[in-house]
Amino acid sequence: MKFLHLVWASLFRKKARTILTLLSITVAFLLFGMLDAVRVAFTVRDSLEGASRLVVSSKLSIIQPLPYSDLAQIQRVPGVEQVAFANWFGGIYQDRKNFFANFAVSPNYLDMYPEFLLPEEQKQAFLTTRTGAVVGANLARRYDFKIGDKIPLQATIFPHKNGSNTWTFDLVGIFHTREARDRNQEDQLMFHYDYFDEGRTFGHGTVGWYTVKVSDPEHAQQAAQDIDRLFANSDAETKTQTEKQFNLDFVKQIGDIGLIVSSIMGAVFFTILLLTGNTMSQAVRERIPELAVLKTIGFSNQNVLWLVLGESLLLAAIGGSLGLLLAMGGAGALSAAFRGGAFAVGAQSWLTGIVIMLLLGLAVGLPPAWRAMRLRIVDALNEH
Amino acid sequence: MRWFAQIIEITWMSLATIPERLGSALVIVAGIAGVVSVLVALLAMGEGFQAVLAQAGRLDDAIVLRKGASAELNSGLSREDVVLIAQAPGVLKDSAGNPIASAEVVVVANLPKRSSGSDTNVEIRGVGQRVWELRSDAHIIAGRRFETGKRELVIGKGAQTEFAGLEVGKTVRLGLQDWTVVGVFASGDAHESELWADPEVLQGAYNRTGYQSVTLKLTDADAFDALKAALSSDPRLTVDVQRTRDYYATQSERLSRLIRILGVAIASIMGVGAVFGALNTMYAAVSTRSREIATLRALGFSATPVVISVMLEAALLALLGGLIGAGIAWYVFDKYTVSTLGANFSQVVFAFQVSPRLILNGLLWALGIGLLGGLLPAVHAARQPVTSALRAP
Repeated sequence: MKFLHLVWASLFRKKARTILTLLSITVAFLLFGMLDAVRVAFTVRDSLEGASRLVVSSKLSIIQPLPYSDLAQIQRVPGVEQVAFANWFGGIYQDRKNFFANFAVSPNYLDMYPEFLLPEEQKQAFLTTRTGAVVGANLARRYDFKIGDKIPLQATIFPHKNGSNTWTFDLVGIFHTREARDRNQEDQLMFHYDYFDEGRTFGHGTVGWYTVKVSDPEHAQQAAQDIDRLFANSDAETKTQTEKQFNLDFVKQIGDIGLIVSSIMGAVFFTILLLTGNTMSQAVRERIPELAVLKTIGFSNQNVLWLVLGESLLLAAIGGSLGLLLAMGGAGALSAAFRGGAFAVGAQSWLTGIVIMLLLGLAVGLPPAWRAMRLRIVDALNEH
Repeated sequence: MRWFAQIIEITWMSLATIPERLGSALVIVAGIAGVVSVLVALLAMGEGFQAVLAQAGRLDDAIVLRKGASAELNSGLSREDVVLIAQAPGVLKDSAGNPIASAEVVVVANLPKRSSGSDTNVEIRGVGQRVWELRSDAHIIAGRRFETGKRELVIGKGAQTEFAGLEVGKTVRLGLQDWTVVGVFASGDAHESELWADPEVLQGAYNRTGYQSVTLKLTDADAFDALKAALSSDPRLTVDVQRTRDYYATQSERLSRLIRILGVAIASIMGVGAVFGALNTMYAAVSTRSREIATLRALGFSATPVVISVMLEAALLALLGGLIGAGIAWYVFDKYTVSTLGANFSQVVFAFQVSPRLILNGLLWALGIGLLGGLLPAVHAARQPVTSALRAP
């Protein structure tokens, strides 16, 4: 530590060079932070509630409805605490570009999601308003929805039986997610299944999927198998998965986002490694006589090694932290650009980032540091 | 002319010294290669997706969906609708007077992906008898066509490579039914991601009675307006009609735009890093050669050729980097197939397309970065007072 000023001084021996190198590292970590935020946003998280929820959908395909009569049978499966159901609506608000999830749900659907916080009086209002709908806070903010508003949605799949393509809902509740990182789940609108089933022109008495709460997450797999066995060889075979597995499969369908992100990161860090590595060795080469002088006046080999290594580590740490700080701002901008996105540079990204900074500092600093350590004073002084 | 000769001379001299400072020259090359490879690869992904959907659309084909449906999967048409639509004016008829049209059923099946083994949504399209005339690009490359009334599937070429268990002769289980794969077709467009079957048999498997869409061959591209007018004025129908070219273009719009924005944004950020790298290298190059440059100036070379030659060197190194980067992107990613969820909530298989235009684009980026990185050091070099530079150790 006592040599910090020395490291600092030699770092800024050539200001322009150091600043340029620093900025390239900053840029690399800015990219790393933002890409990692994207990766995290597509990562399915473990949650306490999620572990005890199962999704029952048609085995034939996700678009195939299930009979409403399955409900009573699923409720009787041992270990099942509660069963809710829902149906995808796919309505459009004003313009096709304004995509958000909207679906019809059973009255007890929200009870299954304690992570959605809805004030009690709003919940009561939802239960008692036939045309009522609830939206997430993010969505409400985006379109400036207020409680009491009428929200018209254009049907894409289900025209209303009155001949119109427009369904109108009364906004009675706005929910928040308990944790900020789940904010992307605030981008949905839910309304009553009964109202939906009454108004649609086909498919009466069917539901899109069932959500099942099991009393003990340990037995979730068993319950899933029991449910599927109930309907095996029937007209509507089911596929029951934990909510986590269901989400994982869905993300996989979008594409291998992890692979894309890590390939880009690979290209970025390879480039940065080469760039800073070259600059560092150049900087050490120029200072060989100085290092020799340091050794002459009594600096040990280890001291010299740490001096040079300290320089590259410091450079990586400053550049990296600066980049990650910028990425935090960038992720905010990204969330704003993709309305509803909840991108954030979290603790996990910082941790990975710090490890990468350390590795980068070592990879770049070790070769010249090693050379500096092995330097023979006589040769080094002779050289110039 | 004198200038020109001076530029060539100075540039040649500096290029000749590159082997002595290979390390720092490599920084420009590698930095720019990184930027260009990422840029070209990402744009090639966006273009590939766009192209595979664009290929499916034509000017003289029209697709009819229920009003308000944004994709076939959301749409629904009754048997009566389908008959009315096929008889509309503007539809091409064969010599026997039958319209060249295909009323289609679009459903999704759960099939495992080859690479991950996990279930994915695969589109099954029930197609009418006339489909092979309607989509004349589609042709069987293995096995045979499906037979009417039988549980038989023909598999798109892309679907076969992406999803497991779709070889000719194998059976696919849909609900409680076994379907046999009897052939493979190629069409060079998004339909290659699909499985084709007899629509009426498919309706049975999915417990349905209606259709999702009708695709029609127009008598010529101009007949569209007549068709549209007829369909929208018919009180028995509530449908939307589009040229297939417009329909498929809309489907790729969102994702390909997103990929393009991402590609350019990531490459820009990387590009900033590469400019810093280039600046570093060129400053180093100029400072090691400051004496030499001063000597030239003393000999009577003017400042401008010095500036230009430094920038030329940066540009040449940058172009080399750009070529390497584009080469990597082409070698690794051209024709690389992936799939993602499309508008019908099912997988669209597509290949990255590294086109000459994208490579040119990448090289222009490389050149831009190189010139930007070379400019300041070049000016710095030319402005150095001759006397002090000559005296420097």
